[in-house]
Amino acid sequence: MVHEERLDNGLTVLVQEVHTAPLASVWCWYRVGSRDEGPGQTGVSHWVEHMNFKGTTNIPRDQVKGIIEQFGGSWNGYTWIDQTTYLETAAASALDRMLFIEAERMARCLYDPADCESERTVIISELQGGENDPEQRLDTEITATAFKAHPYRHPTIGWLHDLTTMTREDLYGHYRRYYVPNNATLVVVGDVETGDVLRRVRDQFGGIPAGTPSRRATTAEPPQGGERRVHLRRPGTTAYWRAVYHAPAFTEADFFPMLALDAMLTGASGLNIWSGGGVATPQRSARLYRGLVNTGLASSVGGFLAPTAEPFLYSIAATVAHGQTLAAVERAVLEECDRIVADGPRVGELDKVLAQLRARFVFDAGSVTDLAHQLGYFATIARWQDWLAIGDRLAAVTPEEVHAAARRYLAADNRTIGMFEPVAGEGGGH
Amino acid sequence: MALAPVRRVLPNGLTIVTARNRLIPAVSLAIGVNAGASADAAGAEGTAALAARVLDKGTARFDADAIADELEGRGASLGVGVGRQQIVVSATCLVGDLAAVLPVACAVAREPNFPAHEVATRRAELLTVIQEAADDPGAVAVDALGATLYPGGHPLGRPVRGTAASVGRLGRDELVAFHRRHVAPGATTVVAVGDVDAEALAEHVATELGGWHGLAAPMPGAPPIPPRTERALVVKPMPDKAQADVAYGFVGLARRDPDYYPALVMNNALGQYALGGRLGDSIRERQGMAYYVYSALDAALEPGPLMVRAGVAAANVERTIDSIDREIAAILSDGFTRPEVEDAKRYLIGSLPRQLETNAGIAGFLLSVETYGLGIDHDVRLPERIGAVSYDDVMRVARRLLDPARAVVVVAGPWSGPAA
Repeated sequence: MVHEERLDNGLTVLVQEVHTAPLASVWCWYRVGSRDEGPGQTGVSHWVEHMNFKGTTNIPRDQVKGIIEQFGGSWNGYTWIDQTTYLETAAASALDRMLFIEAERMARCLYDPADCESERTVIISELQGGENDPEQRLDTEITATAFKAHPYRHPTIGWLHDLTTMTREDLYGHYRRYYVPNNATLVVVGDVETGDVLRRVRDQFGGIPAGTPSRRATTAEPPQGGERRVHLRRPGTTAYWRAVYHAPAFTEADFFPMLALDAMLTGASGLNIWSGGGVATPQRSARLYRGLVNTGLASSVGGFLAPTAEPFLYSIAATVAHGQTLAAVERAVLEECDRIVADGPRVGELDKVLAQLRARFVFDAGSVTDLAHQLGYFATIARWQDWLAIGDRLAAVTPEEVHAAARRYLAADNRTIGMFEPVAGEGGGH
Repeated sequence: MALAPVRRVLPNGLTIVTARNRLIPAVSLAIGVNAGASADAAGAEGTAALAARVLDKGTARFDADAIADELEGRGASLGVGVGRQQIVVSATCLVGDLAAVLPVACAVAREPNFPAHEVATRRAELLTVIQEAADDPGAVAVDALGATLYPGGHPLGRPVRGTAASVGRLGRDELVAFHRRHVAPGATTVVAVGDVDAEALAEHVATELGGWHGLAAPMPGAPPIPPRTERALVVKPMPDKAQADVAYGFVGLARRDPDYYPALVMNNALGQYALGGRLGDSIRERQGMAYYVYSALDAALEPGPLMVRAGVAAANVERTIDSIDREIAAILSDGFTRPEVEDAKRYLIGSLPRQLETNAGIAGFLLSVETYGLGIDHDVRLPERIGAVSYDDVMRVARRLLDPARAVVVVAGPWSGPAA
């Protein structure tokens, strides 16, 4: 049972009691992500996330270390296209401490100029660590190519130039615009008592004034109208192939047929982008696994349809196997896609993937941390009730809807193909 | 909240450990077999890794399609992992599907038939993984650190995945022989955790595997680990990469070493606590040089490495190595502070309920308890074992393990060595 309450300042609070372990997980979600960033400011949301771990009015910088670890707890956070979120999971007896940290973070972070500078180089190191990975480079390029108008196009970490030029005032301004209670959802799940949680939340958060979060700039990506291609030729050892297709947003009618389509192509991945439920995707009978990995063309293949607030991308990714070629992988993927576009699902195929997805939704909530993530995630991109209703939406999917989704979204005009072709580098190749 | 696991050893030598966890209506299985990369013969590195990839691609009772049919219509997930010590067959399914999934998971461990075409396909997969690792500065640095700390063909000095040359030589015969030699009930532990009565779960596994017979050959002996008398710098230039990976380490200790718990606390204070302990304070928080810096202790049957890792810009490589040296020197000369040690202990004890929350987390914990013979009540005893560690114990172990003058330092990335 999820209890929802809205404080006078607009903060949405969700509480679910789970008494299987003496733990509690607290997540605070903000409706701000990389899509809210303009030119020159890319990466500001993620940098702000880093700065919000660096001391507040009542948590001096030198007391940040250990503040939750004293309770055996862990903390973390992430920023993506639609959202920024922070979590602590610890002994349930640390509930007050966790709420205190989140209330401080919402209203009283310091943004010491020296800390902003020191974090600039940490984030550039994070970006360069990602650049060491050819797949991340390819993902960045292909996303930027698939979107022309929508701000989903730039990477969450930001473009390097912006990371070198943004100022402390840029960071602090972004923080003050978006970190207000009426732009946030606080989720508490675990070995707690709902009434007690709500009293403590009112104590900690009730005094934070409501603000006026910036209206989120919005635009619709125009129809693509023709295939696009990105071909990276860079030093490396291994070739990688990608296709991304403009896909429906989570609340659109096509989302669940598309999720079933992905499960047919690459196996059911579930809807927990934080942990994946900690369980590997069942792929043995998936069309692309059979067509690419079992045939030896690719060493791995995967699909990704993220639940997002606005239409994002469905992606298919393959690693070209030792001794095989990008062209052969591309031919095999597109043949499989063309087959399901032409013929639709096979008899029994939908039942199989629906069973997979139903099991995934159980695994997706396999800890108090995961359960709290799912509630907050869906509250931020849609409504939390949508997380509870995914079983019903899934059960209503028909083979005809999957076939229609395949025809609509797997069209050549709707896709961007990306290739990473390794070439010998300065080091003389590997 | 004790796990109160049920443990049984069958007449054929198989060990079964089960526990109940009620959070979700699912079960996680972990079948650990002492047939990891340590069992690879010299020149045949990667045998266990390739065997693990082929294990679930066909058995005497279930061919690949039958395995897919049994699992995938139910949303069950089954995979095979490999480490130095063990091959682990893992499966997760809904409680109601256990009766169908358990026989498949057991057959995968017990009677794989290694179809020849699957061996060829998965060998190419593994060769691709080896090829990708050669382009990953982190993997290159860690491999070179292992090879330098554990020379002479020691299993800890060889990558689990093998090399292109060794894997290229492996065929079906080698996998069949490896399985016959090392996979047997006496070398196997089956752990099952989920929302099922623990006794009934153990009985279920016993029924499935009670009729399995066979004996495992002894594992090959490892050569002695030579003591290090001097410092070594190993440079792996990868000029096209954006930043460098540093791996800085020492030979650590074995899991059953009496100093294990002090070492666990010491490692936490050195490079784990909060954002990377002392090292994180210096290199990430004060100097802003790295997104990740941490230390890791790999205490297994053999003394695995105690390793510091960081990813930094080429221009900061020397400053990073110097910072690691200085932090370690300061610990050795001035000691940790007493609160640092107490904080680490409190954290390690307090984090246990999180570690033991999920089915997979509990299953992994119980498998390692069995692998290292830590005792069936280890989850209850662990807090007192960590609690008993004294400040002096931690400092003694720091002096035993850490010494910049004997460190192996590896840098892989766009850095070609110290400025003259």
